[in-house]
Amino acid sequence: MNAFGTKPGALPGTAGRRGLGLDFGLYILSTAILVITVLLPVLMIAYNTFIDGGRLDWRMFVRVVGDPGNLKSVWNTVVIALWVTVLGTVLGIFYAWLIGRSDIPLKGLMKSLFTIPYMFPPFFGAMAWSLLLAPRSGYINRLFMDLTGGTTPLFNMHSIAGIVFVETCYYFPFVFLQVVSALERMDPTLEESARIAGAGQWYVIRRITLPLVLPAIAAGAMLILISSLSHFGVPAILGFSQNIFTLPTKIYQLIRRSAGSFQGIREAAALSILLIVVVVAALYVQKRVLKTGRYDIIKGKSMRPMLIKLRGARLPILAVCLASLGVIVVLPLAVVILVGFLKAYGLPFRFENFTIRNYQYVLFRSRMVIDSIRNSLFLSVASGVITMFLGVMVAYVVVKVKPRGKGLLEILSLLPYSMPGIVLAIGVILVWSGAFYLNLYNTIWIILIAYIARYVSFAMKSASASLEQVHYSLEEAARSCGATHLESLRDVTLPLIRPGMVAGFFLIFLPGMRELTTSVLLYGPFTRTLGVAIYSMNAEGNTVQSSALATIAIGIILAGNLALRWVTKDRKGA
Amino acid sequence: MSRIQLKGVSKVFPTRSGASVAAVKDLDLVIEEGECFSFLGPSGCGKTTTLRMIAGFEDLSAGEIWLGDRAVSIKERNLYIPPEQRGLGMVFQSFAVWPHLNVFENVAFPLRVRDLPRTDIAEAVAQALRHTDLAGLEGTFPADLSGGQQQRIALARAIVTKPRVMLLDEPLSNLDPKLRESMRFEIKELQRKLNFTIVFVTHDQAEAMALSDRMLVMDLGKVQQADTPEALYNRPASRFVYGFLGLSNFTDVELRGGDLYVPGSKYPLPMELPAGAAREGVMATRPNEITLSPKDEGGCPAVVVKRLYLTYCIEYQARVGDQTLRVHCPHSIVLEEGRPCFLRFKNPRWYPRESGRAEIERNERQVI
Repeated sequence: MNAFGTKPGALPGTAGRRGLGLDFGLYILSTAILVITVLLPVLMIAYNTFIDGGRLDWRMFVRVVGDPGNLKSVWNTVVIALWVTVLGTVLGIFYAWLIGRSDIPLKGLMKSLFTIPYMFPPFFGAMAWSLLLAPRSGYINRLFMDLTGGTTPLFNMHSIAGIVFVETCYYFPFVFLQVVSALERMDPTLEESARIAGAGQWYVIRRITLPLVLPAIAAGAMLILISSLSHFGVPAILGFSQNIFTLPTKIYQLIRRSAGSFQGIREAAALSILLIVVVVAALYVQKRVLKTGRYDIIKGKSMRPMLIKLRGARLPILAVCLASLGVIVVLPLAVVILVGFLKAYGLPFRFENFTIRNYQYVLFRSRMVIDSIRNSLFLSVASGVITMFLGVMVAYVVVKVKPRGKGLLEILSLLPYSMPGIVLAIGVILVWSGAFYLNLYNTIWIILIAYIARYVSFAMKSASASLEQVHYSLEEAARSCGATHLESLRDVTLPLIRPGMVAGFFLIFLPGMRELTTSVLLYGPFTRTLGVAIYSMNAEGNTVQSSALATIAIGIILAGNLALRWVTKDRKGA
Repeated sequence: MSRIQLKGVSKVFPTRSGASVAAVKDLDLVIEEGECFSFLGPSGCGKTTTLRMIAGFEDLSAGEIWLGDRAVSIKERNLYIPPEQRGLGMVFQSFAVWPHLNVFENVAFPLRVRDLPRTDIAEAVAQALRHTDLAGLEGTFPADLSGGQQQRIALARAIVTKPRVMLLDEPLSNLDPKLRESMRFEIKELQRKLNFTIVFVTHDQAEAMALSDRMLVMDLGKVQQADTPEALYNRPASRFVYGFLGLSNFTDVELRGGDLYVPGSKYPLPMELPAGAAREGVMATRPNEITLSPKDEGGCPAVVVKRLYLTYCIEYQARVGDQTLRVHCPHSIVLEEGRPCFLRFKNPRWYPRESGRAEIERNERQVI
C-alpha cells in the first residue's frame, strides 16, 4: 500500500490510478506553496539571526536579547498581555453567563453589540480613546481640567494601563463568544441534576457550570493572550509618545530607524525570535491546560436551560451592562466618526465646527489615500480569492486524501495562526527582497504574499470544516456513475462546499481590509494600505483626516459584515 | 409522606411567533405513596413539562402542587419552592452525570451540598454504590464507563439522600434494548428495597406497562385516561388511548339499513350492532384479535394484499372494501397474496371519526 492507498473507497483499476495522480499533484503543490510562503520566512529569520558571513554567530542575538531597552519591552509585552488576558477573561465570562443563563432582557441586542469589537481593528479604539483621554489634549481630560481648574488629567490613556484598557475592550469577545457557545451547547440537565441534588444557584455555578465550561474559558483566554502578545496597533498609537514599547512596536521601530540597512533588519529578526519564543511558551501552556479537561457536554434533547432570575437586580445589572457596552463599543466609534467631521481636532462638538471638507480631502484630493483604498481593496480581494482556493486545496489533501505527510501540511497551514504578524513581515522581507534572486520589496506583491501566508490558516480551517461535512459516499456515488476523479471533485465536492468557500472568502477579506501590523512594515511609497494610511495620518498629527478615513473604513467593514451575514444566512436556508 | 397532588395545574409557554401554547391544561392528579406512576404520551403531549413542574424546574401558570402536606407550588399565592429545596431524587434521559467528577464525587455531591460529615458521606455513598452494583468504580470518571454504568451513577446519585420521591425523565431511552430490560427490573428492585414513590415519563408504552402500577396517558396537554396498565389496555377510554397502547387497526364503518358496512364493501360485517351506533364511525381492532381463515366460516370476505413474516407470527394485510386491516396469524395459516380470505373480529371497539384538527395541533406543538 502506498501513501495514497489509505483513502477509503478508492476505486481499483485505472480510474483509481488516475485519481491518485491528481491527489498526488495536489499534495505536492500544496506542500510546495506552504513551504515557500510559511516555512521559508521562519527559516530565514532564524538563519539571519544566528548565521553571519556563513558562520554560526550568537553574539548579535545575545547582544540584542541583553539590551535593557529590549528587555524592558519584553517585560511590557508580557505584563500587558497578562493583564489583558485576566481582565478580558473575567469580563467575557461575566457577560457570557448573563446572556447564557440569566433572565436579563435585550439579549439579542447585547449579543450583536458584543460582536462589534470583533469587526473593527483595535487601533481604531486606541485612536478614539486617545482623542478622549490623551493627557493634555483629550476632550474628557480637558473638560476635567476645566472643571477642576487643575492641570492633572483625569486619566492618561497614553500609558500601560491605557493600552491594557483598550486591548481588553477589543479582545474580551474571544472569551465571551467561546463561553456563550459552550453554555448554549451544554446539556441543561447537568445543572438541573445539581439543583435537584440540593445545590443552590451559586453552588451550581461554582461547582458545575464553571468547571464544565473551563475548556472554553481556557481556549478563549489563550486566544486573548496570544493576540495581545503579538499586537501592534494599540501600543504603537498609545505607547510611542511616552516611550512605552512592546516587542512588536520595538521591532517596528528598529526597522524604521535602520531605514532599510541590513543590520537593522537582522536585529529585528533577533527580536522576532524572542517574540516567537514568548508566543510558543504561551501555546505550550495552552496545550497543557486544554488537555486536562475535554468533556462531552453537548446536550442530547433540545431543551431551554433554566434561566436564573435576577429579580430586583435585573434592571440595575441591565443598566450597568448597557452603560459599559456603550463605553466599550459605541463611544469609540462615535468619537471617531464625529471627529472626522470636525474642522480641527480640539474644537468643541458644535454645529458650526462641523464640515465635510475632511472627506473631500481624503476621497478626492489625497493621492495617497485614494491609492491606499485601492490597494487595500485589491489586496483583500486577491488574497481572499487566492488564499481561499489554497485553503480548499490543503484542506482537501488533509481531510480527504490523507497522505502520510499530512501532519506536516497541517502544521504548516496552521502555523501562521499563532505567528505574530510583525514577525511574518520580517520573514517576508528577508525572503522576498533579493535573497532568492527576486526583489519584490516596495511592491504590492510582497504585501500580497504576506497576506496569503497570514490568512491561509483561516481558509484552511473553514474549508476543512465544510469538507468534513461532505461524506465520502457522495464522491463515491459520482465515481460509480462513471465520473472521473476530477469530474467528481468539480461536479460534486466543490459545489457542496461552495457556501463554505464564500464565507471563507469574507473571513479573509474583512481582516484584510483593516490589516495594519504586517503592511506597516512592508509598504512602499505607492503601496500604502488603508490601515497604514489611517495610522500614518494619525501619527503625523492629521487627526481629523485620519478620523474621516477611519469612518470610511468603518463603512466598508460594516458593508462587508452585512454581506457575510447575508451569505451565511443563505446557506442555512439551503 | 410522599403523596403527590396536582390541582388544576396548567403551563403556558410563549412561542417564538409571540403566540402561546398550553403545554399542560388544567391537570388534576393524585399519585399515592409508594406507587410507581408513569406519564405516557407522544412527544409534545406535556408529560415532561408536568414532571419538570413537580421537580420545580418550571413554574406553574395556574394551579397547585403538593408533596405530602407541603405545598411546593401555588400559583395563586406566588409560592414556589426551588428544586434544591424539594428533596426529590431525579434521573434524566441524558444521565447528566458530571464529566469532571469521578463516580464517588458524582454520588457524594448531594451529601456534600448538605455539608454532612465525611464519614457519613463515605458510608452513604458506599451503600448507594452497592445498591447500584457500582462498588469498586469509585475513582473512575464517567467518560470511561458504559451508558448502562453512567445510568447507574445517576441512579446512585438520586438515591443517596434516600428521597421519598424519585422522578425519572425517560431514564431508559438512551440504553440499548437488552440493557433497558434489565434496568427496568433493577429500578423496580430498588423501589422495593428503599420504598420510594416513582414518577416517570416515557414515550415507550412497553416500558410504562412493565413498570407502572398506574399510568396516565396524555395528549395535547390533557389527560386522556389514568388507570392501571391492564385497564388502559383492555378498556381504553378513547380512540387515542386505544391507538397509543399496542397495535391497532382503525377501520371506517358506516350504518346502512341496520347493518354495518366497510365503505366500498357490499358485505355486512358479521357482528352485533354496538349500542348507540352512529351513522358513521370507526371500528378499532387489534391485529392479534382478528381471525383470518381461507374458508368461509361466517366471516367478512376480504382479499390478502400483502404478507410479511414477522418473528412470532405472519402479518397479513387484508383488504375489505376500501380499507386495509393488519391481521397477525400463527405460522400455520399460509395464504398467497391476492387470495380471498374471511375475517372474524374479537372485542372490536367503536369510536366516532376523528377530525383532522387534533393531528394538526399535535404537529404544531412539536415545533415549540
